[in-house]
Amino acid sequence: MGRILAFIPLAIAAVFGGFFLWGLNPDRDPNNIPSVLISQPAPQFDLAAIEGLETPGLSRADLVDNAGPVIVNVFASWCVPCRAEHGILTQMVEKDGLRLFGINYKDKPEDATKWLAELGNPYERIGSDLSGRAGIEWGLSGVPETFIVGPDGTVLFRYVGPVVGDEAIARFREALEQAGALPRGQNG
Amino acid sequence: MVRTAQSGEFIEGVDDQMTPEVGHFALALALALALVQSVLPILGAKRRNILWMQSARWSAFGQVLFVTVAFLALMQAFITSDFTVKNVVENSNSLKPMLYKVAGTWGSHEGSLLLWTLILTVFGAAVALFGSNIPQALKARTLSVQAWISVGFLTFMLFTSNPFDRVFPPPSDGQDLNPLLQDVGLAMHPPLLYFGYVGFSIVFSFAVAALIEGRVDAAWARWVRPWTLAAWMSLTAGIALGSWWAYYELGWGGWWFWDPVENVSFMPWLMGTALLHSAIVTEKRDAFKSWTILLAILTFSLSLLGTFVVRSGLLTSVHAFAVDPERGLYILGLLAVSIGGSLALFAWRAPMMEPGGLFKPISREAGLLVNNLILTTATGVVLFGTLYPLFYEAMTGGEKLSVGPPFFNAAFIPVMLPLVFAMGCGPFLSWKRADLPGVLQRLRFVALLAVLGTLAVWYLAEGGPVLGYLSLMLAFWLFMATVREWTMRIKLFEGPVSTSWRRASNLPRSAHGMTLAHAGLAVAMFGFIGSTVWKSEEIMFVQPGADISIGGFDVRFNGVERVRGPNYFADRGELTVSRDGKYLTDLFPERRTYPVAQSTTTESAIRSTLAGDLYASIANPASEDASTQGAWTLRILYEPLVNFIWIGSAMLVLGGGLSLSDRRLRVGAPRRKAAVTARVPAE
Repeated sequence: MGRILAFIPLAIAAVFGGFFLWGLNPDRDPNNIPSVLISQPAPQFDLAAIEGLETPGLSRADLVDNAGPVIVNVFASWCVPCRAEHGILTQMVEKDGLRLFGINYKDKPEDATKWLAELGNPYERIGSDLSGRAGIEWGLSGVPETFIVGPDGTVLFRYVGPVVGDEAIARFREALEQAGALPRGQNG
Repeated sequence: MVRTAQSGEFIEGVDDQMTPEVGHFALALALALALVQSVLPILGAKRRNILWMQSARWSAFGQVLFVTVAFLALMQAFITSDFTVKNVVENSNSLKPMLYKVAGTWGSHEGSLLLWTLILTVFGAAVALFGSNIPQALKARTLSVQAWISVGFLTFMLFTSNPFDRVFPPPSDGQDLNPLLQDVGLAMHPPLLYFGYVGFSIVFSFAVAALIEGRVDAAWARWVRPWTLAAWMSLTAGIALGSWWAYYELGWGGWWFWDPVENVSFMPWLMGTALLHSAIVTEKRDAFKSWTILLAILTFSLSLLGTFVVRSGLLTSVHAFAVDPERGLYILGLLAVSIGGSLALFAWRAPMMEPGGLFKPISREAGLLVNNLILTTATGVVLFGTLYPLFYEAMTGGEKLSVGPPFFNAAFIPVMLPLVFAMGCGPFLSWKRADLPGVLQRLRFVALLAVLGTLAVWYLAEGGPVLGYLSLMLAFWLFMATVREWTMRIKLFEGPVSTSWRRASNLPRSAHGMTLAHAGLAVAMFGFIGSTVWKSEEIMFVQPGADISIGGFDVRFNGVERVRGPNYFADRGELTVSRDGKYLTDLFPERRTYPVAQSTTTESAIRSTLAGDLYASIANPASEDASTQGAWTLRILYEPLVNFIWIGSAMLVLGGGLSLSDRRLRVGAPRRKAAVTARVPAE
């Protein structure tokens, strides 16, 4: 009995080790999540504005017939990485003149309002997804996630996790270039 | 070329330009010594060759010397802003204040790894220096095991993460350290955290050496306990400092986020706390032996796991180092050898260990067993929550999710609350067999006080969650039960004060230490609860001249001015705080912009008192339309009792220190009983 018990820690460690080895696969990127949405029309959704905020709400109709590609960012005030990402998205709006829409995921309106008041509000429109229903439509796996949507409403790119750090920003900008939202060759 | 005083103190007669190569070479020499130390002493212990065993002493000193030379060489490169060194280019800037140039030495992956290795060798040398009471063979084996870890980390550094790599042509200035990291709290945070993390390495080495020797007894536990305590104290201080840093510097208005990187420092703490208590049973009652050994192995394994998670990019976190799969693979190999090897050794040897002293279900031993089981469960919860995203992804073939504070709060807190209850009773229980009804009778008054205290808070505060009040009641319970136990021991109020004084000074310091640390946890709990349950927050657009009232304070916003610092400029808000019309203080929150690193940081201004913190931060207006012209975004928080967290943490560390200074651990070398008598359970 004691002999078997003594092997349990080793067995557990071996299982952990197996998962770690799998996790280190160089092709695996914790932020790269395949999405069935890519090259598909953006899902149907219609979200009201955040209560008490002047920024208008967001629906599928706002994602079609735009002049160029737009960014749709899913965020929440309770999400710490969103805070880190916020400044980078703001810069893209201010410096690169990109259009940014937001989906405020499962967030209390007063918390979201406070958060935006504190960090600034770079979003053109924000839909308040209190129930998480639109999140399901978009196939969210967590917050934050950021999508690039083409002028005709087609989802072109999905980024899971915060767009933070040189590598992530470079990948995101490259996707923006491919979508035609940024002129080519600016990727620094 | 003869060196000037500035850097020539470290390596005399070497050209300034050569210092990085000297550092690199010193690392190679340290590796050579570590290789010798991993083989010679342990062979000596087997063959009873005293000379071979004694060689460990000198190779341990040599290792620490050479790694120190390497560390100082890197520090010199940072201090003199030597931009031919890649690591300096990536993490420093000539305009950075001197303190942060020095701290930049351990701000990067390579530099922090060098610090890791330095502390590893320091602990090895400390055992060689202060371990004169430890039997020669055990010491030799322990130092050999410690050298195996050294070899692992030195090769890791030399082969994948050389901190002395050069760049050519050298750039004219560096990219600067992440401004968030430019803070006094952070300059001190990694060294303390690493002293804790890595300090457990020596306990691990002791455990593996004991398994190889096939012998664990009360004397072994007594030799190991001071090292465990020292590491635990540093880890406690390191975690508290990191949390303090997040709270004061990052301006996030919180002190714990259940981020993977926070969790991996918390798990060794939980496990180390269990080990600390389990080792007491091994020392006093010769029981829990295999359990203590297992905890020693697991505590350091969790430290290694932390290093792996932070540096491999396995999980997403806000504060991970630059990601490199090759490095990840190397550390995983290191983990497989050290954790796998030690656990295999455990599986082989542990069943051969003699079971120790017997005890009844109600006894000090049983109480400490409960402590161990709860702490281990809590560690399991944190481990599971931290790694669940990875498991889920692997099992579902690529689907991802994240685990956040709601899980940890819901799973961790209910596990820990029974521990707090048990902590109140535990010290009253006697060894072997205790009288629970008697103990509970003595604690009736404490329970009554805890209920009354909670009711008083319920009356004063306006509402709050039930879990908050339950936690509060347990915090009161723990604090008063701890104080009650102490007053009973010294018979305070039961006779003349002089008698109590004499009893107090005769009480071992470890007993005072326990009282202080247990009370410290209760005090910290008041902080956790107060600042979580009764926090108030206001965020608003304000024009100069605006008045805000929060938590009973009146705050007036006077305006903003532009100020300059050495490598940044800032918008500084001016706030006047008063209460009931009486002026209290001025607050100056800043929004700093670092032009070189191209980033901004929030410097919050805080009025800190025991009752709570008034915390203000400022940001630029959200958008420039007519309604917000000339307005600023002001965020004001009132966090009641938050300073109790740091006071409680300090009490934990001091309690550990008091216990560490106990006579029993310092002098009077515990003698190992002859092998025959050691087999007989005590009494």
